[in-house]
Amino acid sequence: MSAAPIKSMFRRIGALTHARNVEFIRDRSALGWNVLLPVLLVAGLGFVFSGEGRPLFKVAVFPTEAAQARDDHPILGLRYAELVGVADREAAVRKVERHQFDLLLDANASAYWVNDSSPKGYVLDNIAGGQGLTRNQVSGAQVRYVDWLAPGILGMNMMFSCLFGVGYVIVRYRKSGYLKRLQATPTTAFEFLCAQIASRMLVIMLVTVFVYVGTDWFLNFRMVGSYSLLLLVALLGASSMVAMGLAVAARVQSEELAGGLLNIVTWPMMVISGVWFSIEGSPAAIQWLAQTLPLTHVLTAARAIMLDGAGLAAVAAELIVLTAMTVVFLILGAALFRWGRD
Amino acid sequence: MIAHSLSQCHATVRPFAVSVILDIQDLQRSFGHVHAVRGVSFAVHTGECYGLLGPNGAGKTTTIELMEGILKPDAGQVRYRGNALGPQFRAEAGIQFQNTALQDYLTVREQLQLFRNMYAHTDGQCRDVDELLALCALEPLAGRDARKLSGGQRQRMLLAIALVNRPRIVFMDEPTTGLDPQARRNFWELVRAIKAEGTTVLLTTHYMDEAYQLCDRIGIMDHGRIIAEGTPAELLDCHFGDRVLLLPKQALEQAITHLDWQPHGEYGEILTNDLEGTLDQLRAAKVSLAELQVRERTLEDLFLHLTGSELRA
Repeated sequence: MSAAPIKSMFRRIGALTHARNVEFIRDRSALGWNVLLPVLLVAGLGFVFSGEGRPLFKVAVFPTEAAQARDDHPILGLRYAELVGVADREAAVRKVERHQFDLLLDANASAYWVNDSSPKGYVLDNIAGGQGLTRNQVSGAQVRYVDWLAPGILGMNMMFSCLFGVGYVIVRYRKSGYLKRLQATPTTAFEFLCAQIASRMLVIMLVTVFVYVGTDWFLNFRMVGSYSLLLLVALLGASSMVAMGLAVAARVQSEELAGGLLNIVTWPMMVISGVWFSIEGSPAAIQWLAQTLPLTHVLTAARAIMLDGAGLAAVAAELIVLTAMTVVFLILGAALFRWGRD
Repeated sequence: MIAHSLSQCHATVRPFAVSVILDIQDLQRSFGHVHAVRGVSFAVHTGECYGLLGPNGAGKTTTIELMEGILKPDAGQVRYRGNALGPQFRAEAGIQFQNTALQDYLTVREQLQLFRNMYAHTDGQCRDVDELLALCALEPLAGRDARKLSGGQRQRMLLAIALVNRPRIVFMDEPTTGLDPQARRNFWELVRAIKAEGTTVLLTTHYMDEAYQLCDRIGIMDHGRIIAEGTPAELLDCHFGDRVLLLPKQALEQAITHLDWQPHGEYGEILTNDLEGTLDQLRAAKVSLAELQVRERTLEDLFLHLTGSELRA
């Protein structure tokens, strides 16, 4: 291919991307909604959950199956204690450090871990102390619910923006005849889809960074990892969900149907991808289903980076899955794409 | 009767060879059980204005979208300058759809700039935005949100978009539907200016006066078929050798005459091949000719004659 057609192709992609950006920016209601909603959600929920409202002790039990045997040890028989079986003891120790578990019991080693700065840990320490268990003390500042929630809200906002901002918009363009008008020009489906991805990615990344900085300013999130790695997670996460939106909207002609399909895709992610609460301890089928959703991998990686300071190697698996999902959804979307009714 | 009409009329053989820019052969297209286009064949000559006429539901829009490559035919083919429709056609054709939505929140100038960027800019192929604004009388509207244009202004902008790549052929699907008479006449002037530049124009319309004003040749469609084709004059000459005499209905009713006439509002219509003879008969029957009107046959008459129905606009 000579240089001129390639130049023309990039000019078309650039022009369509610019036009979509202008449309988004000038649509004040959409812009306001995309920016304000996550800020209000994070601030509101952070305020609501900032008090001492949760009555349960949360006790991690290693290995997983030991959590079922409440009669085996007095600590396991405690009333008002939620027992969570864990398969990875070291990961659970880190959660004790962050006050996400009040105590970790290793049933095999007859040992327990508590955080000396946790009030709940202090209570449980006094109970466990007289039971002949080996005591291990860890320290670390509490991870507030809002620290845990913030990646969930940002990820959820990203999900809605990706899926509805691309999927719904393409269906609207198709229904109104705008796609048919573009079809009558030298623009190819590939160029149009590239422009939609580029525009939406740009918008999402800018809005997400803006919301992150804005909410961090007054909530002061816990962020102990690499910002560049977090940005990479956000980029790959947004790519996978934009591609998912393209696949959903590839040939749908009705906005009502598109809305229904997008809700079918977004609601499971809202509920089981870990936006509001951890899915640890939920049934295996739910956990398996959650692994098929891109938002689950985005949030797992983002929380690992923000709360635990995880590096590239620790989140590599999530990044690979997100990349694979992007490729699969893009191929599906491009193969199914139709300009209009034919 | 329709097929008979078509077989009786043949377009005049032109003295010079014409160059065919678009050749349509036996196009067919169905939507479910509806046969929208049932074997349409015709050729569009370079530089002419060809009009596809017919009522709503006749298959005009489906035919034009098949010709534009927007729809794929079930059978038949469209050849542009001897080749199947492809990138060359998309680069050299301008299209104005009947109903087109554009990107929201863009001004008229931005819409033109957007579509200008869809085409190659080599060899001065594309018109400048300012040239387009001037050509389509859009200069005062350049900064206006395109959603806030009136019907006529919007049609002029859509035409400007169709002309952005300096096309060899422009398709217009019912471009003046819904416009007021002044806006329609302004639009006609634009089409004449485009045609004067040597651009081939293919338009669909259900306005017979528009076809008569703009088109060099017309094809009349009904029920998915072309039922007559030729220049307006050829078709009228072929199908009608007569004129229409109009007299007040009351005058005809009171007169005792063997002349056939048909009521038409307050008037009665007499069709005649022999104007002088008919006038003599009316005088003999003591019919007052004070309010007599004589008119030529029109495309409207032709349409009624061919389809047996009013235009289903």
